[in-house]
Amino acid sequence: MVGETLRNLLMIAWLLPLAGFAVEIFGGFWGSRKSRVAAWMSVGCIGIGFLCSLSALLIWGNSNSWTVLDHDSHDETHVDTDHAKPADALATDTHPSPDSHTSHPPVVRGKTVYSGTLYYLARFGSLDISLDYYIDSLTLVMFTMVTFIATCIHLFAMGYMSEELTEELVDHSAHLSNGHHVHRPGRYYRFFAFLSLFCFSMLGLVLAGNIFQVFIFWELVGICSFLLIGFYTERKSACNAANKAFIMNRVGDFGFLIGLMVLWTFFGTFRFGETVNDTGEVQAGLFQMLARDETGNVLRDAASGDVKIGAVTTGADPGGNRTIPYSLLVVAGLGVFAGCVGKSAQFPLQTWLPDAMEGPTPVSALVHSATMVAAGVYLVGRFYPMFVQEVLLTIAYVGCITLFMAATIAIVATDIKKVLAYSTISQLGYMMLGLGVFGWGAGLFHLITHAFFKSLMFLCSGSVIYGCHHEQEMPKMGGLWRKMPITAFTMLVGVIAISGLAIPGLIGLSSVFAFSGFFSKDAVVATSLAFVKDNPSHFLLFIVPLITAGITAFYMFRLWFYTFAGKPRDQHLYDHCHESPWIMTGPLLALSFFAAFCAIGGEDGPLYRLITGDQPAHIAHGIAAAAGSGEITLPGHDAIHDVHGTAGTLALIAAASGTCLAWLLYGTTLVNVAEIRRQLSGLHGFLVDKWHFDEMYDALFVKPAHVVGQGCAWIDKTVFDGIIHASAKIMIFVSKWDKLFDEAVVDGFVNLLGNSTFAFGRSLRVIQTGRLRQYVMFIVVGVVALFAILFTTFPG
Amino acid sequence: MTGRRIGLIQNSKFLLVRSSMTADLNSYLFVGAVLFVCGVVCMATKRNGIGVLMGVELVLNGANVNFVAFSRYTDLGLDGQVFSLFVIVLAAAEAAVALAIALNFYNNHLTIDVDRANKLKG
Repeated sequence: MVGETLRNLLMIAWLLPLAGFAVEIFGGFWGSRKSRVAAWMSVGCIGIGFLCSLSALLIWGNSNSWTVLDHDSHDETHVDTDHAKPADALATDTHPSPDSHTSHPPVVRGKTVYSGTLYYLARFGSLDISLDYYIDSLTLVMFTMVTFIATCIHLFAMGYMSEELTEELVDHSAHLSNGHHVHRPGRYYRFFAFLSLFCFSMLGLVLAGNIFQVFIFWELVGICSFLLIGFYTERKSACNAANKAFIMNRVGDFGFLIGLMVLWTFFGTFRFGETVNDTGEVQAGLFQMLARDETGNVLRDAASGDVKIGAVTTGADPGGNRTIPYSLLVVAGLGVFAGCVGKSAQFPLQTWLPDAMEGPTPVSALVHSATMVAAGVYLVGRFYPMFVQEVLLTIAYVGCITLFMAATIAIVATDIKKVLAYSTISQLGYMMLGLGVFGWGAGLFHLITHAFFKSLMFLCSGSVIYGCHHEQEMPKMGGLWRKMPITAFTMLVGVIAISGLAIPGLIGLSSVFAFSGFFSKDAVVATSLAFVKDNPSHFLLFIVPLITAGITAFYMFRLWFYTFAGKPRDQHLYDHCHESPWIMTGPLLALSFFAAFCAIGGEDGPLYRLITGDQPAHIAHGIAAAAGSGEITLPGHDAIHDVHGTAGTLALIAAASGTCLAWLLYGTTLVNVAEIRRQLSGLHGFLVDKWHFDEMYDALFVKPAHVVGQGCAWIDKTVFDGIIHASAKIMIFVSKWDKLFDEAVVDGFVNLLGNSTFAFGRSLRVIQTGRLRQYVMFIVVGVVALFAILFTTFPG
Repeated sequence: MTGRRIGLIQNSKFLLVRSSMTADLNSYLFVGAVLFVCGVVCMATKRNGIGVLMGVELVLNGANVNFVAFSRYTDLGLDGQVFSLFVIVLAAAEAAVALAIALNFYNNHLTIDVDRANKLKG
């Protein structure tokens, strides 16, 4: 019953933007270019979606007695319930705090995961392609987060895109071949239609109940990203960026498809959770099929080492004693992760995201920081039960490399949006790292908090760009806080949040007062410290994120000081810039509130407990490696909690030193930044060139592709064209002879036949004299002749 | 007695008719043949369209005489007489059409000379 309510509410939230898209794209095309109807419609769709998501979240919490308050009161209300270990593996005790593990028996909660089928698309043999849903606390949190942020960004975009409300718009960044600017009609409605389509795709991705459906919506958000990056399609750079984003995602999706094939071959289903099919029997999903023992390791066949496939919850073994080779399970995990690498712009496919900043700023805020790029992280979190430790280690290292590399590039970037783009890549790396070192909750916690403060900062940068008449270069700004105080203030909230600054001991002795980013980054760093403690050989996984926490604070405060503090560097720009209208600053204020306080309480707070409400069963206790096996140990919550204080302190020190350094370099005039840049020109150039990744890919893939292409063109032009031309000439020669034969023989015969028939007819003409009396004579003679013949033939 | 007398009378009356006319099938066929030949000669010699039509009527009536004669003297029964009735009706229809054609032809050519009507020449 609750499941149906949740399903219906989320379906409304999911499908409304699709309806909005359909109406907007056609209505806008035939409607007025100056109409704001499309914008209001898309705001309405996503706003109603937000209300639906929020009420679904409340209904879900109500149905299984989830409380925002401290876990102690929660336990008391249920202290008289059955203390037996819950049978449902998905609904075990999920309290993050280790105290509850040790001092309280596990709490029995109601059903929290709902899965089922919405619609059957096709059936090929035993393969069902269907639209399923899988609703747990993560789905609901993602829904609420996406719809809320999307609503804010839609409102902001109404102001930001208002110059598109015209019949003829001059695009100063696009040039025709004769050097003139491009004149085109405004495309206000199209922008909002694309945003609606994106919201539909993103929500479908989150709601998806099978991995193939995820793939479908994965591609849909990809195409929306393509459309929105290339929104200013007249600009060459925007077109290239859109193509680049799309093509680089294809590379990752190739791995994704391989993963899907492996999963289908061995598991025979794409579904996550168990579903009831037409005939009423329960079918196990992927998560039930991959069984794990009490320690959290996958069950393996003793003799062959293959991984057993069975159903946990149904008890029955649907496929007999099926197994999957361990290596192929790794391949499946890595394949799916490859898709996530592309979508979340992780190393080595990270280069598309900075270029994607060619799109309008609200797009960068919605698609390329808060939601779509986080979909990769979301999928890793969603697919977590299928990952084995080799995959997790890969995820951790990829995240680690990415977060460091992107952060270093962000130091030297001067375009305000590029800084934020690299910051996004870096933070996505943090999430991947958190997930990779067994911090399931930590990674997704950071995903949610990051979505709030990064979309906030992108919108602030959009407000700056709008106020400064599309100037994006920070060296031309400075001192803007006097002109745009709301933007500067909200940006500062975001900067503090991402930097992870905190004031220890303000509230009580042990807790800290901090904005959201501190708690989530703290969780990631603490998890990685616990991981490194158990596996000392992977010490880089802790050192690098710790250093990068300092770098993060440095480049973010550099951005803020560069833009808003100090003296104006371009007086003309300063004189003409202005604060944005309320429709743009309102969403900034709303988002800044959540960026500051959404993670209140840290890992005992409501958000974290909500996210981890349905975490995979094997996470809480960690996985201990067998002695001497060479495997890695994955830390449980207890281990993480032990090092939490140390990690938090270290991260705070790093962030504070980064902030101080940024203030020294950019907030004061004590140090000459240009001098430092000159001293370290080699390093600076290396970073400005983005670690030469674009050049490397150019040399590795693009140039060889060009060479191969030219070779193919040469072969085409000489060999294949030659063959074709020669055969054409032969054909012409044959045709000439064929023509002669046709004309002489075939035509001659037909003409002869016709002529002789004609001549015979002409000879018969003379009989037809036209004289009646003669005809009578003929008749008479004929009759007489007939009778004569009759009588001579039959005499008597 | 009476019955026999009546039979005799009837018989003698029949004989009387047969013997008094002294006509048999060949006589009728002869008349039909004469009529037919007259009609054919009329059609072949007359240049006047109406005359040709008359010839046609003669030919048809010659045939009618033959039908009726065969109906009377053979075991055809009434079939021959019905045929001749059909021929009369058809002849009337044919005469109506032919006279209409003749009128039209006269309207166009101020003559009904059939030798002038040679438009059907191949």
